[in-house]
Amino acid sequence: MRFLWHGITGFVIRRLLLGLLTLLLVSIVVFAATQTLPGDPARAILGRSATPDSLRALRAQLNLNHSAIVQYGDWLKGLLTGNLGTSLAARQPVSAVIGKRVENSAFLMFLAAIVSIPLAIVIGAVTARRRDSKFDHGMSVGLLGLAALPEFVVAILLVVLLGTTVFQVFPAVSLIPPQDYPWQHMNELVLPVLTLVIAVTPYISRIMRASMVEVLESDYVEMARLKGMSERKVLWRHSVPNGIAPTIQVIALNLAYLAGGIVVVEFVFGYPGIGAAFVDAVANRDIPVVQALAILIAAVYVLLNVAADVVTILVSPRLRTSLK
Amino acid sequence: MSEAAAVATTPPLVAPAQPRPVVLLLRRSWQQARTKVGVTLVLLLVGIAVVGPFFAPHSPSAFVGAPYAHPSSHAWLGTDNLGRDVFSRFLWGGRSVLGLAIAATALGLALGVTIGLFAAYASATADDFLMRAMDVILAFPSLVLALVAVATVGPQLWLLVLVVGITTAPRVSRVTRGSSVEIVERDFVRAAEAIGEPRRKILLGEILPNVASPLLVEASLRLTYSVGLIAALSFLGFGLQPPAADWGLMINENRQGLTVQPWGVVAPVLAIALLTIGTSLIGDGVARASSGIERGSDEE
Repeated sequence: MRFLWHGITGFVIRRLLLGLLTLLLVSIVVFAATQTLPGDPARAILGRSATPDSLRALRAQLNLNHSAIVQYGDWLKGLLTGNLGTSLAARQPVSAVIGKRVENSAFLMFLAAIVSIPLAIVIGAVTARRRDSKFDHGMSVGLLGLAALPEFVVAILLVVLLGTTVFQVFPAVSLIPPQDYPWQHMNELVLPVLTLVIAVTPYISRIMRASMVEVLESDYVEMARLKGMSERKVLWRHSVPNGIAPTIQVIALNLAYLAGGIVVVEFVFGYPGIGAAFVDAVANRDIPVVQALAILIAAVYVLLNVAADVVTILVSPRLRTSLK
Repeated sequence: MSEAAAVATTPPLVAPAQPRPVVLLLRRSWQQARTKVGVTLVLLLVGIAVVGPFFAPHSPSAFVGAPYAHPSSHAWLGTDNLGRDVFSRFLWGGRSVLGLAIAATALGLALGVTIGLFAAYASATADDFLMRAMDVILAFPSLVLALVAVATVGPQLWLLVLVVGITTAPRVSRVTRGSSVEIVERDFVRAAEAIGEPRRKILLGEILPNVASPLLVEASLRLTYSVGLIAALSFLGFGLQPPAADWGLMINENRQGLTVQPWGVVAPVLAIALLTIGTSLIGDGVARASSGIERGSDEE
């Protein structure tokens, strides 16, 4: 077994274990924050006018009659076996409430990723190629400004610009009938996807630009130019593939960021995903749903972070050999 | 704002061969066009938030006309979903966003700097423990952590400040720890230890001034982020509660009437947009100046 702890396999295993440990700690934080804070959660949920009977019933349902450790143990066991508890608002199993929404959100994130990643790579490559030109400076300030905007501000500005007030090109809300799949309503997805693309593209293209600046100054690019290769081929065939490697970590981190970004974006557009469900659950103080979705979003976030580290090691020869 | 504060806390120098690093940094930052634009934007928005209410033509809670009325000489930006004056509510609505965001950033900086300095100066075990704890907080998107807290406790303003402060702390502590670790090893710290200075004095007197530059960059980044987060939370309905005038809340309240009367949404959205762009331009200016100083060059 010892060999497993060395080299790349060892690194990947250690990184995965560390990710699992982080998730365990995350589950403790979520549980502690939602269920063991001072005060009576049952009363907080039902309000002051609650009858003793309904309080007792809710306490039993939330498993509040046991010690915090027993409660946590039961909850964790439920999480691992897929039993996420019962939604207080919908009075259905949490898994039934969020099941389809998970797919919808995943599709939204997927669309945002396949649009923003190539776009950011192209922006990064072109601005690096035209370094210090007017175009480069303009893009730099423009991307900085876009990166500063909170997602809901971007979303609302897009609605004003393209959905309602200035132009009426795309639907301002993404109402997708419950029986349909989101890809049957691509037109409704334009603005939410565009919002997410604007949220992550600036970061990725900034890193891509920095990485490309280095690549374009390297010897092998000089060599390719001296051979008489066309500038276009030098850029897209030889430089971009090498420039992408250091960017992969940032791409993964930004995908992780999307997992949080969908919360506000889905709320703005009324998109039926886990983000909108999360906001609803918080407003209704539907604790079992809040717990399940917080863990789910954190899990996606942690896994993408682990993936970022692993992929970075795999694509950078220098780091790879240092592990051997 | 931060410039004035930093200058005021600078002790008088006896014979300044070279200005203090922070002063030098601020001077270099100011030479950048983007810093000037950023400062102008921030001053404009802070001005609106602070003195705006004195110029409000109506009370922010008074009903001045029909809901979603168009702009007129009576209500310059029209009326909102309940028939209140959008312009007056806009002038009143910046205080909460700015106040809460500044409080949360200050809390996050205080927590992060304390933890970062302590981790850099503590034993390896304590250092590991603190940084792992910070990683756990970073394992959540900030908004998700804030929403979990709101779900339990309810929409309380102190809770927003606390939870946004807590999500700010890990990044600040990483920066602080990262830049103090090497300074801890330097001779002047060893000398201070040798003459028996108390730990608190060494941390605050010897180490902190030397990490001020990276902290300044981080602080403006964190402020940008806190403004966005606080505004998003009140937009979602978990910040100030109606009938308060608040930019985030205004956007949410007037969303339904966007097709009829856009100003109730557009004015606060633009204000938040310009504010975050301003703080991030300042941050970028300081960051560029700071990397320029490190390289020892005079160019931008």
